[in-house]
Amino acid sequence: MTIMTYPVFFLSFFLLYGKGWRHVDKTGPEGNIDAFLQYGQDAVLVIGNGRLLRSWDINVGGLNWEVVLDSGSFQSACLVGQQNTVKQVAVLKKAAISLHYLSNGHQKWIENLPDSETVDYQTVYSGGNGEVYVLGVVPHSHITVVAYSVEDGEIIKQYLVEAPWLSNLQVSCTVVSQGVLTCIDSATVSLYTLDLHAQSQMTQMPLQTLGLELAPGFHPTLVSSQPNPSHPPLSEFLLQLGPDHYLLLQLMHLNFLYCQAMLVTFVTTGDKTVAAVMSPKNRTVKFNEQLVNLFSVETGRRLLDTTLIFNIDPNGGKPEKLFVQAFLKKDDSVGYRVMVQTEDHTLTFLQQPGRVIWTREEALSDVVTMEMVDLPLTGTQAELEGEFGKKADGLMSMVLKRLSSQFVLLQAWISHLWKLFYDARKPRSQVKNEVTIENLSRDEFNLQKMMVMVTASGKLFGIDSNTGSILWRHNLDNIPANAAFKLMVQRTTAHFPHPPQCTLLIKDKDTGLATLHVFNPIFGKKSHITPPALTQPILQSLILPLMDQDYAKVLLLVDDQYKVSAFPSTKNVLQQLQEMASSIFFFLIDSSQGRLSGYRLRTDLSTELIWEVIVPPEVQRIVSVKGKRPNEHVHSQGRVMGDRSVLYKYLNPNLLAVVTESTDTHQERSFIAILLIDGVTGRIFHEAVQRKARGPVHVVHSENWVVYEYWSTKSRRNEFSVIELYEGMELYNSTVFSSLDRPHAPQVLQQSYIFPSSISTMEATLTEKGITSRHLLIGLSSGGILSLPKMFLDPRRPEIVSEQIREENLIPYAPELLIRTEWFINYNQTVSRVRGIYTAPSGLESTCLVVAYGLDIYQTRVYPSKQFDVLKDDYDYMLISSVLFALFFATMISKRLAEVKLLNRAWR
Amino acid sequence: MDAPIFQLKFLVVFIVSFIVFVNFVYCNNGGRHGDSLDTELSGFSVPLEHSFEVDDVAKFSVRGALVLKGGREPTVSLSQNQLSEEDRIKLKEVAAVDGLYRIRVPRVFLQGDRQTEQQMEGYLTSFVRACAMVESHLSDAITLTTDVSGYLIGISIVTLPGACRGTEVEDEVDLEVFNTTLRVMAPVNAPGPETALFLERMEQELEKKAKNPQEQKSFFAKYWYLILGGAIFLMVTNSAQPPAGGGREQS
Repeated sequence: MTIMTYPVFFLSFFLLYGKGWRHVDKTGPEGNIDAFLQYGQDAVLVIGNGRLLRSWDINVGGLNWEVVLDSGSFQSACLVGQQNTVKQVAVLKKAAISLHYLSNGHQKWIENLPDSETVDYQTVYSGGNGEVYVLGVVPHSHITVVAYSVEDGEIIKQYLVEAPWLSNLQVSCTVVSQGVLTCIDSATVSLYTLDLHAQSQMTQMPLQTLGLELAPGFHPTLVSSQPNPSHPPLSEFLLQLGPDHYLLLQLMHLNFLYCQAMLVTFVTTGDKTVAAVMSPKNRTVKFNEQLVNLFSVETGRRLLDTTLIFNIDPNGGKPEKLFVQAFLKKDDSVGYRVMVQTEDHTLTFLQQPGRVIWTREEALSDVVTMEMVDLPLTGTQAELEGEFGKKADGLMSMVLKRLSSQFVLLQAWISHLWKLFYDARKPRSQVKNEVTIENLSRDEFNLQKMMVMVTASGKLFGIDSNTGSILWRHNLDNIPANAAFKLMVQRTTAHFPHPPQCTLLIKDKDTGLATLHVFNPIFGKKSHITPPALTQPILQSLILPLMDQDYAKVLLLVDDQYKVSAFPSTKNVLQQLQEMASSIFFFLIDSSQGRLSGYRLRTDLSTELIWEVIVPPEVQRIVSVKGKRPNEHVHSQGRVMGDRSVLYKYLNPNLLAVVTESTDTHQERSFIAILLIDGVTGRIFHEAVQRKARGPVHVVHSENWVVYEYWSTKSRRNEFSVIELYEGMELYNSTVFSSLDRPHAPQVLQQSYIFPSSISTMEATLTEKGITSRHLLIGLSSGGILSLPKMFLDPRRPEIVSEQIREENLIPYAPELLIRTEWFINYNQTVSRVRGIYTAPSGLESTCLVVAYGLDIYQTRVYPSKQFDVLKDDYDYMLISSVLFALFFATMISKRLAEVKLLNRAWR
Repeated sequence: MDAPIFQLKFLVVFIVSFIVFVNFVYCNNGGRHGDSLDTELSGFSVPLEHSFEVDDVAKFSVRGALVLKGGREPTVSLSQNQLSEEDRIKLKEVAAVDGLYRIRVPRVFLQGDRQTEQQMEGYLTSFVRACAMVESHLSDAITLTTDVSGYLIGISIVTLPGACRGTEVEDEVDLEVFNTTLRVMAPVNAPGPETALFLERMEQELEKKAKNPQEQKSFFAKYWYLILGGAIFLMVTNSAQPPAGGGREQS
């Protein structure tokens, strides 16, 4: 059993199975976990900057107790024990220390800290002798030590120690042995020790006297181990002097065990403590194989038969942390299992001699963006496609090729039949239909796809949408900490024999510098195409519908000099770009200055500013800009009204919905505004202001409508608003749409509704041809995903129902949108913290594929207009075909009879 | 019968508020008229500039002056110069190479009290294809958009008709005078959920039901004979054969 904590949630799992329980706390800083302590079956957590103290039972995940702490920013916490039992937990805040019982959370005492304005109290320590030490520091001056009695909170002693070199206790100090504060100073490269009981001065010991050197630029750290809070820590401690340079030191004699290791950690089982050391097997081989060994702490000798081999995944990262579960075998030797956390947030649990029990990809809890890519055709289908793709070379060879491909098809069919026959004999449970990267192929209706997921840590995953199994993973190196990702599909699987191609744009938000990673989305392999090196910060990227001769869509990148570079940038592409230049427009948004500007491409790949809109940033700031999805199809151009006339939709593919929030957050004056701007001409069609409202605003923009959700500060509730745009009763130009030639502004209709729940994200369904009616997929904060028919969000919903409106099938207006339980598409499977919903069309018009990602990933299919193009499961094929045959034979017989009758009549 | 009146009233209020926010201002054209240039105490003028160059490098020159009157309901009028002979030729040349006709105004704050407060740094720009300008005989519609607090945030220009069909404009006189429709667009107040009206409607329906006791009868009381008949019919038909497995419902 182990517990992992994350900033927002923690989970516990049984090590042998890799499964357990999880608790997710509130969003935002209120739910952050500050400290985590474990003793026996209890896990004690401090949550929300010292707001709450909670104790959980780690076996079942039940809450033991919860207490609200006094206000004050949290500093540190520790368990306090006496005479072999741990009864209290001490919580140190900025100005006070409190002691709580571990059994029920009740406060034993709380004391204000002396001189808390000047002294920065940072650490609390207890060695099990009835005293609690609070250590504070005045940076570059001295350390303050205050000892409290556990019984009544009385100050036993209080003194100052000179330490002009020290600035942070938590970073550079630790307590070892019988209350000896040990610190490391990187400036003088020396070790300082202070006996907390003795009230003496610090003794300095330069590391050079021990013959040790510090790796340049490395900040040394100290790690100690306190196996039981009711006893003082061990007198042995670890000193890290370089990225892979650890020392095991003993305080009394300062003898040391020198080891070259990647990771070292202490392990305690029973009363034995050992050090687990991970080191590369062979220095010359590139870190691929790591060995884990146990060393005795007292002697520094390696324990025999304790080697464990850990193979580093070449697509993963370097090991970052080592957790060891040790147990005593029957013969009193130490057996152990290891959990390794690598840089790509993978947890691997191994046992001797290196067998992997399970792996968990924790990076998947932070998916940033994703795409769904069609699977390739099977080998035989591809063969057929290839036949038509190639150029004709003579009649004879074409015939031969056709024959050979037909033969291949026949072969595949026979082997398929054989497999069916073979499987049918086996019991059903034994038939394994495991999806591997080799047998991936598109199904009949293109329902199974490859989900390419990009995580915040820079690890890419390829997941099969049907089974959810991870088919490939790839860890990207050198990802900046605050990177922004944009994933684009440059070439789909439709262009055999060219492999599909995805491009990931990774941009450092601080510097604006970007890199491109080009890969095959089906196999995850890095493409052999070398992307251009981007030396300038990138402002904007856009995928054009243009294709090069290899069917890869052209990616345009705009740098901060407003120069445009294309990828791929072959001659063919550049020529096409030159021809198309005057019709390629793009926009840039600088939200800090409130500037929206439009640019046009010139033939020499420079750009010119053509329009500018400036929203004053003193009054409102731009929070989101939504365009339409490029792969969206709209089937019907208009809506048929009750009197059989047609109201045409305003379908401008260049329309942008810009949402701004007021900088004034007072609830009476705050507002949100929505601007509808043409991205080509910069023309503002509509500007609506929702007063007494504030964000977060969630927007969906599709077809001729924009739906947004906001918080109404006046009524203190969530509200939805829908804007629909109509061209009117006649179309201006029914054949083509050009933003440059639409002089009339569209008609704007708007209506608002009350929504009874807060939401975390929103997206619209998407289908192949856009015939199916649309639904809105709403991720609720409760973990449900709601499929709300767009029909309910229609500004033409009438207040008063008339005959004509009834004809049109409009629902009468009701101010509240109800949540019907049958609209939840995930039933009882909660999806925590939904961050985004991705929708993709499938081969069936009725079906839309949905992926919701947050802490969990959930994939399903939705049928907004029911399955109108699929026969039901209980469709009676037998009846229909027998009726058909019977009718056929009946006609045959009756025809024959009629003929006979005619003949007979003729003879008469 | 007071409900329809109430609704009508509401509608009127709505329409009025709509009209208040969209001020149509027709301006006179052809420059040199003194009456439109009378800058009142609160009004002040900013230049409306345009640029049309064969090489598409913007060189703005004054086209006219926008006279802005701030306050609650900002009004704008425009007085503009005629195109000179030289400009007319240039405009036709630009139209021939499918260049752009750009306009710009400085950013202004309509609600400010003094001129210094009202003008800000930067320009708002927009464009239209030069050929559309020529083919529409300089008849354009300029829209100025303001935000909630009265800052000018955008300008747009469209021509009527908007298309470039390649028709030649022979008469030079057609390209002399601008025929401009000017409009100021302020944000519309987005409607909130209409609870009051809905509740009123519900009440009315309840009242109607109360007045009509026939309607008050329960569902069973009204249709008992139909339900009974249906039930008997079902029993008769179903007793012969048990129903086959029900159809599965897909959502």
